[in-house]
Amino acid sequence: MAEAEESPGDPGTASPRPLFAGLSDISISQDIPVEGEITIPMRSRIREFDSSTLNESVRNTIMRDLKAVGKKFMHVLYPRKSNTLLRDWDLWGPLILCVTLALMLQRDSADSEKDGGPQFAEVFVIVRFGAVTITLNSKLLGGNISFFQSLCVLGYCILPLTVAMLICRLVLLADPGPVNFMVRLFVVIVMFAWSIVASTAFLADSQPPNRRALAVYPVFLFYFVISWMILTFTPQ
Amino acid sequence: MASADELTFHEFEEATNLLADTPDAATTSRSDQLTPQGHVAVAVGSGGSYGAEDEVEEESDKAAEQQQQQQPGFWTFSYYQSFFDVDTSQVLDRIKGSLLPRPGHNFVRHHLRNRPDLYGPFWICATLAFVLAVTGNLTLVLAQRRDPSIHYSPQFHKVTVAGISIYCYAWLVPLALWGFLRWRKGVQERMGPYTFLETVCIYGYSLFVFIPMVVLWLIPVPWLQWLFGALALGLSAAGLVFTLWPVVREDTRLVATVLLSVVVLLHALLAMGCKLYFFQSLPPENVAPPPQITSLPSNIALSPTLPQSLAPS
Repeated sequence: MAEAEESPGDPGTASPRPLFAGLSDISISQDIPVEGEITIPMRSRIREFDSSTLNESVRNTIMRDLKAVGKKFMHVLYPRKSNTLLRDWDLWGPLILCVTLALMLQRDSADSEKDGGPQFAEVFVIVRFGAVTITLNSKLLGGNISFFQSLCVLGYCILPLTVAMLICRLVLLADPGPVNFMVRLFVVIVMFAWSIVASTAFLADSQPPNRRALAVYPVFLFYFVISWMILTFTPQ
Repeated sequence: MASADELTFHEFEEATNLLADTPDAATTSRSDQLTPQGHVAVAVGSGGSYGAEDEVEEESDKAAEQQQQQQPGFWTFSYYQSFFDVDTSQVLDRIKGSLLPRPGHNFVRHHLRNRPDLYGPFWICATLAFVLAVTGNLTLVLAQRRDPSIHYSPQFHKVTVAGISIYCYAWLVPLALWGFLRWRKGVQERMGPYTFLETVCIYGYSLFVFIPMVVLWLIPVPWLQWLFGALALGLSAAGLVFTLWPVVREDTRLVATVLLSVVVLLHALLAMGCKLYFFQSLPPENVAPPPQITSLPSNIALSPTLPQSLAPS
């Protein structure tokens, strides 16, 4: 039954896939369609059934993970109501974004120790522990989102702010002035709003409506603090 | 208690006294007294999913659990979930109650209704810490626009200082107060003191009024800053005193006055410490910078590059 459904155009004499090439030589394949694809709705499963991912080249593994991360970046930049971020969560994206942001935000070691911008560790800790705290808060309030899904969403939604950081660094290369500051302020505000919209699009549905504001406010505070760190960044 | 008494509308004081007599009673019993019976049926009926061990536990489950058993052990997740069992409207109501203290209305009885939460204290403290650091930095930016010789820096270490000091104040002082009140309870006979969480709630919500105060401290007019500070401190300390008064008034006068004055003094110290550390008095229009400015001499040489990026006026 499965074969008839999933191989509609393929009778027993279907053009054999390379992996089943040997089977076409067996005459029984003419009578009983033993070949064909067991196509399941999620197409990506086929690869795992055919060959374990241990045997594939490293490049394949890395490219697959990078593509997954890139796809989620697209979902963050154009937040629709899809569930990709929630269903196939991964923590690579948040790690990459957090490390990039912390690297760009850290102050030079030659600077004064007391009065500068944050160190790498401070930014990293704020971002990671902030995400964990917000996730715990959401779960304690009774949300039905899992721990790592929430971490994934919060981490990925830092992407607009990382883009803002890049733009700010580029803008700071130009001649300074009030226009410079206004441009950076505008960019940071726009990206901050984008982050908030993207994360609430994913997270707001997981809370009952009478507690939604309680769960969203810490997200707002979190991105506000990150935006503040980006805005006050001054290259030494 | 006669059933007729339960169903008639009580004045608030009587109900709170009843509740004060049995502070460990589940609050659903209080709502039994003051609301029609139909409401109780709804609450109990919806607690049917009590056996679910998933993370999702609705508020009605909490009510059912409180009726059926004591709180779960402190190693379970649902123990801590019971402290976050609040709605948006309840949190907003508690914040309003802390902003407008009134002598007769006890914050714990009237607003907390003996269901303290940890959401308010935790996030109010977090907000206050970050707002302190951000506005302190902003005053430096604004001052630097007026006087370009001041060295601007993001001063990120102030976030750490703010966080640690606010959280220590909001959690260690209630601990000390609660311990002291419990010790006195052993000495004097009176109605039950507040639980530790209620004390934490009192302090946490009383810190809320400092948030708009800190934002208003951006206005660089010194007497206005002191005025706002005094106003906010008065409101906050009044809230604390009105809440603690029913508990300490049965103690000896000496202990009561000493305790209340220590509470107010600590609160005032916090407010002044915030003002002096995060909003160091910066020079008005064109006066030489006072020695309080946090600029190291080695950075003055670098400062020509910094004011340019922040557009001196």
